[in-house]
Amino acid sequence: MTMTKELFAVLLTAILTNNFVLCKFLGICPFLGVSKKFDTALGMSIAVIFVMVLATAVCYPINAFILVPNGIEYLQTIVFILVIAALVQFVETVLKKYLPDLYKALGIYLPLITTNCAVLGVVLLNIDNNYNFAASIVNSLGGGIGFMIAMIMFSGVREKMENCDIPKGLQGLPITLIAAALTSCSFLGFTGVVDNIFKL
Amino acid sequence: MNQILIPVIIVSVIGLILGIGLAVSSKLFAVPVNEKQLKIRECLPGVNCGACGFSGCDGYAAALAEGTTTETARCVPGGAEASKAIAAVLGVKAEKASRKTAVVLCQGNQSNVGTKLNYVGADSCRMAVQLFGGPKDCVYGCLGMGDCIDVCQYNALFICDGVARVNPEACKACGMCVKTCPRGLIEILPYDRQFAYVFCKNKDKGVETRKNCKQGCLACTKCVRVCPEGAVSITDNHAVIDINKCIGCGKCEEDCPTGAINVIRNKA
Repeated sequence: MTMTKELFAVLLTAILTNNFVLCKFLGICPFLGVSKKFDTALGMSIAVIFVMVLATAVCYPINAFILVPNGIEYLQTIVFILVIAALVQFVETVLKKYLPDLYKALGIYLPLITTNCAVLGVVLLNIDNNYNFAASIVNSLGGGIGFMIAMIMFSGVREKMENCDIPKGLQGLPITLIAAALTSCSFLGFTGVVDNIFKL
Repeated sequence: MNQILIPVIIVSVIGLILGIGLAVSSKLFAVPVNEKQLKIRECLPGVNCGACGFSGCDGYAAALAEGTTTETARCVPGGAEASKAIAAVLGVKAEKASRKTAVVLCQGNQSNVGTKLNYVGADSCRMAVQLFGGPKDCVYGCLGMGDCIDVCQYNALFICDGVARVNPEACKACGMCVKTCPRGLIEILPYDRQFAYVFCKNKDKGVETRKNCKQGCLACTKCVRVCPEGAVSITDNHAVIDINKCIGCGKCEEDCPTGAINVIRNKA
């Protein structure tokens, strides 16, 4: 019981209090780049969730069984980048062969994620937080869902901004960054909520 | 020494395994790509406008390569050149691509149509149209705020005296503006022959139309009577010309009391 409770707490923390985009400022590039439309935001988010979970599932054992026993944890970043990049490429070829529909849906987003810092970040943070395997997977799932929530919320904001009369100096990225800052402020409201619910 | 050697070996081995794995998987899971399709895709402009009726350029290329369609002239932006290139790849005779252009069917410029309200809001036809049918007196005419200009990828549209106009030389007839116009005023018409067309879509009775626009179609039926080919009919209180029957003689243009009909004099 405590196990499931703990995992649930990890999930909620990853989605709300430690939202990767809005609280940790990881994965800002796709957050600003692909959030113009709801459809693309959704497609990108699903691809991110998928890759995050997969990357964690592969990188966790590599860290535990290869890097730690040899005392070379300082190579984590470089090895994980290598593994994630290769993994995404591999998934892409497999999807192309067996699930062409899914490949078409995720198509352009998969290569974009190869070097997405949110994916690398989730893997490294799992290790920093000393999560076990189950908690790591749940944390990456939560991180992905949090990314999706941020993307979808923000795509709504941006679709509204399209029809606004914005001063010339603020048009484009400046107003987008201001809006992102305000959205991120709103997420500060979740701080402490999860800790208090589960009395951690 | 070992402190350097072991990490180097481990990372190299991981890299090697991943590299071999990717090489093997790319052979193992290789999807046969139709070479014809790739070549055809190169002939197409890559605008993904959908004017061909397929889902983008890739869809059209796939359909041609697989033989689901043999029409080489469906790509509107590519025109005759694309048709020829595709035909060369497929080894068939090129279809003649007819030159087409978008036309804005409204003459409600500032001297013809008055304004009933001072619209202050987002500079968009689709927004303006929701407030009492837009700022102009005529609720069927061009709003002149340029939503069509925003979607045009070829800069073929411009606003002239409050009404959108198309530069036929730049227009590729992709139909993006047709889909965007909230009034449905833009049509794709041939650009290689001469014919008459009604530049008004006002559905009100003639009396109402006259109040709102100096060059609106009153549905007076003069054109219907004068047409030697029987190409003109009246639908929804305005004249409609069947361009397949029209010979471009220009009699309706001469007799039209308001000047709603214009002969489009294209080079043959």
